[in-house]
Amino acid sequence: MDTRQKDIENLKDYKYGFTTDIENIKAPKGLNEDVIKFISNIKKEPKWMLDFRLKAFERLKLLKEPNWQKPKYPKIDYQDLYYYSAPKSMSEKPKSLDELDPKLLETYKKLGIPLQEQARLNGIAVDAVFDSVSVATTFKGELTKHGIIFCSMSEAIQKHPELVKKYLGTVIPITDHFFATLNSAVFTDGSFVYIPQGVKCPMELSTYFRINASQTGQFERTLIIADKDSYVSYLEGCTAPMRDENQLHAANVELIALDNAEIKYSTVQNWYPGDENGKGGIYNFVTKRGLCKGKNSKISWTQVETGSAITWKYPSCILKGDNSVGEFYSIAITNNHQKADTGTKMIHLGKNTKSKIISKGISAGFSDMTYRGLVDINSKAKNSNNYTQCDSLLMGNKCGAHTVPYIKNKNFDSNIAHEATTSKISEEQLHYCQQRGLNPEEAVGLIVNGFCKEVLQQLPMEFAVEAQKLVGISLEGSVG
Amino acid sequence: MTEQLQSDFDKIIKTSDFSEKEIQSKKSFLNKFIESGFPNRKQEDWKFLDISQIIKKNIGELSFFNDNSLPNKIDPSIFVDGLEHNKIIFINGRIEKIDFNYEDKDKIEINDEIEKKISFDYKNSLIDLNRALTIKVFKISVKKNYSLKKPLIIYHSTNDKISSKNVNLRLDFELEENSSLRLIDYFGKSLDKNFINILYNFNLKNYSILKNYKIDKFKNNNVKYSFNNIQQNSNSVSETFILSAGSDYFKNEVNCNLNGEYSSAFINGIFSLKENQQHEIRTTINHLVENTKSYQLIKSVLGKNSKSAYQGRIFVNSKAQKTDGYQLSKAILLDETSEFNAKPELEIYADDVKCSHGSASGSLNENSIFYLMSRGLNYQQSKELLINGFLLDVVEKITDSEIKNLIKNIIGLKE
Repeated sequence: MDTRQKDIENLKDYKYGFTTDIENIKAPKGLNEDVIKFISNIKKEPKWMLDFRLKAFERLKLLKEPNWQKPKYPKIDYQDLYYYSAPKSMSEKPKSLDELDPKLLETYKKLGIPLQEQARLNGIAVDAVFDSVSVATTFKGELTKHGIIFCSMSEAIQKHPELVKKYLGTVIPITDHFFATLNSAVFTDGSFVYIPQGVKCPMELSTYFRINASQTGQFERTLIIADKDSYVSYLEGCTAPMRDENQLHAANVELIALDNAEIKYSTVQNWYPGDENGKGGIYNFVTKRGLCKGKNSKISWTQVETGSAITWKYPSCILKGDNSVGEFYSIAITNNHQKADTGTKMIHLGKNTKSKIISKGISAGFSDMTYRGLVDINSKAKNSNNYTQCDSLLMGNKCGAHTVPYIKNKNFDSNIAHEATTSKISEEQLHYCQQRGLNPEEAVGLIVNGFCKEVLQQLPMEFAVEAQKLVGISLEGSVG
Repeated sequence: MTEQLQSDFDKIIKTSDFSEKEIQSKKSFLNKFIESGFPNRKQEDWKFLDISQIIKKNIGELSFFNDNSLPNKIDPSIFVDGLEHNKIIFINGRIEKIDFNYEDKDKIEINDEIEKKISFDYKNSLIDLNRALTIKVFKISVKKNYSLKKPLIIYHSTNDKISSKNVNLRLDFELEENSSLRLIDYFGKSLDKNFINILYNFNLKNYSILKNYKIDKFKNNNVKYSFNNIQQNSNSVSETFILSAGSDYFKNEVNCNLNGEYSSAFINGIFSLKENQQHEIRTTINHLVENTKSYQLIKSVLGKNSKSAYQGRIFVNSKAQKTDGYQLSKAILLDETSEFNAKPELEIYADDVKCSHGSASGSLNENSIFYLMSRGLNYQQSKELLINGFLLDVVEKITDSEIKNLIKNIIGLKE
């Protein structure tokens, strides 16, 4: 058996589907002021943070859950969820990795994320988030040398309140849409990154999200600030156990790039997608937004979306600074009964701003995939450019692929070009590959990887390999 | 508005001789309209241009009752020269004349006692309004194997006898097997500040061919809405061309259901807009069976303060394998105040299809202007040449050479 076959055997069943049997502290079920106070209290947050949450909660009461999206889902009972769940051993945060609960270490080892620094993963610093709390952050010493702050959100609130206060909620205000506001009210943890002026972050930063407890929503909040002339590449990975129920994941991610700074944000999303009959799986309703605040700044989103029962997210760029650049590279794969409604928004406000969107959607089985995107060039955004390409590949006639781009050009100096195609893998291509000795599944894998190449190239090395495998595996069983 | 509408509606009922059943059905459409009102930007299909705002701004209060008891004089100066044609003349929303002098009388049937059903589901309050207020609906059938010798021109005009601010028109067409019809909608002289609401239903039987050209060229400050509902059986062909240039506001909607195999639909459009005009085209092509084809090409040239929008949707049913769909929209923005919006949408449930769309917008290419100027043209001439070339591309798509030349003359395009 070659290695690919082995991978497939390993992963045919969602290999991250195990649960960790660990004692939890949970907030009482339901969504109300007391629960928010409970969360704030257990995290020993200052008053301004609690006020931020309560303000968001007040706002939330006025908001309605949106329902314009393509994939519909049964109504979520927000009172029937746990908004906070943490391993008991984390109630007193361990001072070093040696004190960390061995069960947690074991979990991450199983997931292939070594938290011990000696088992270094090609020099990637990891922040591991387990249910509602961050359990460990590696390579802190190395990063501190450069003045880089990489820690959990709760820690940042305690240790760097001035930065958090200054930037939190500036890209995604608490008055935003329903899920973002919900997150602002109840977010539990997440990563915080600050890259000081002139620093190129020497290693990839990474967060690994894991939902373990049942009936729990995960609401993490990530804030990345790249100060002038700095650079950071950030990776995000996620998995969850197999459960029959649907679980909600509503995260907020805010990126801020100041003058000449660059942020590269890559996601490999592999939440549990539900079984082949569409039972269970994660609802991935995430708000990701980047603000190119300074001149010549750049934000680039790369995402490989293979998991989740429903993916509903639009990583966006607000190109406010002159000459700023926004990029969005996406591969979204849906199989079985998975549904995705994803895309991006590029909002051009500054002069000479550029954006590029490359989106590849693959749907198989009974799944449904929608690319929805907005390109909006404001009347002041002189000489701006956008290029959009979204391609869809369909496998079988039980699935759907849709493209819904919104294009608004209010500036005569600016150019927008949009292209979209939908097709299937041609018989000729398959025949050619098979003639040269590949079996049908390998042939499809090869062709699909070729289809996705433009996006895969954007991923950091370690991720690209994993993503490439994931692409093949997600489509397992869809040919024939 | 509701009070005015209700009382005008009562007047319409009183002055016409509807059956009790018809009155009931008209009432229900009126109530449906009143419930939802004029569409506004909260509705997805009206996101880019908000007709309720535009009516408020451009017309003000609407009134709906027009005294149609007296015939209107037909002014022959409105007729198109240089092309022999059949005529239907609408004045103030009333058909004054139907003239098929060039055709065999027994091959065309005109009927006003028809069942006024619409063969597709819609959620559109303007169609409800149309159905509530139209007085007479004519159905024109072209008999089997008959092709009209001359094109049919429908003249839309209003004169100073009109007492309402709203005109509703409806015509139904049936093209029987292997028949063909060339139809020109010609928006000629008209009074200002009316809201004109047009609904056409086309039923295309096997092997029939429909060519519909809509020409709105002359400057007027009316608000117009036109809806074409086209149902196509197998091997039928529909071609729609829209020249959207004259009115202050004009929205053209085309809904095309490809119900039969090997049917095809072509929609081409030009927006040529100046000062403060706002126009929109929305096309929906539903590929419902195998081996169907559709093609759309929409081009805009946008002057000062003008705004155009194109919403195009291609839907492919899971049964509709081997669909070929293509859609392209392009826009040239001439001024910093002009705006182009597009929403090209694909919704696909079958895998063996070839569907693509493209959209591009920007300003005139400075390099091309430089090239032309270096060959002796002045700036204005170079600009015009480039714009004409850009638009000619769409006009060249017209398959009927007689009408192509007519339209070229009207636009002032020379080869």
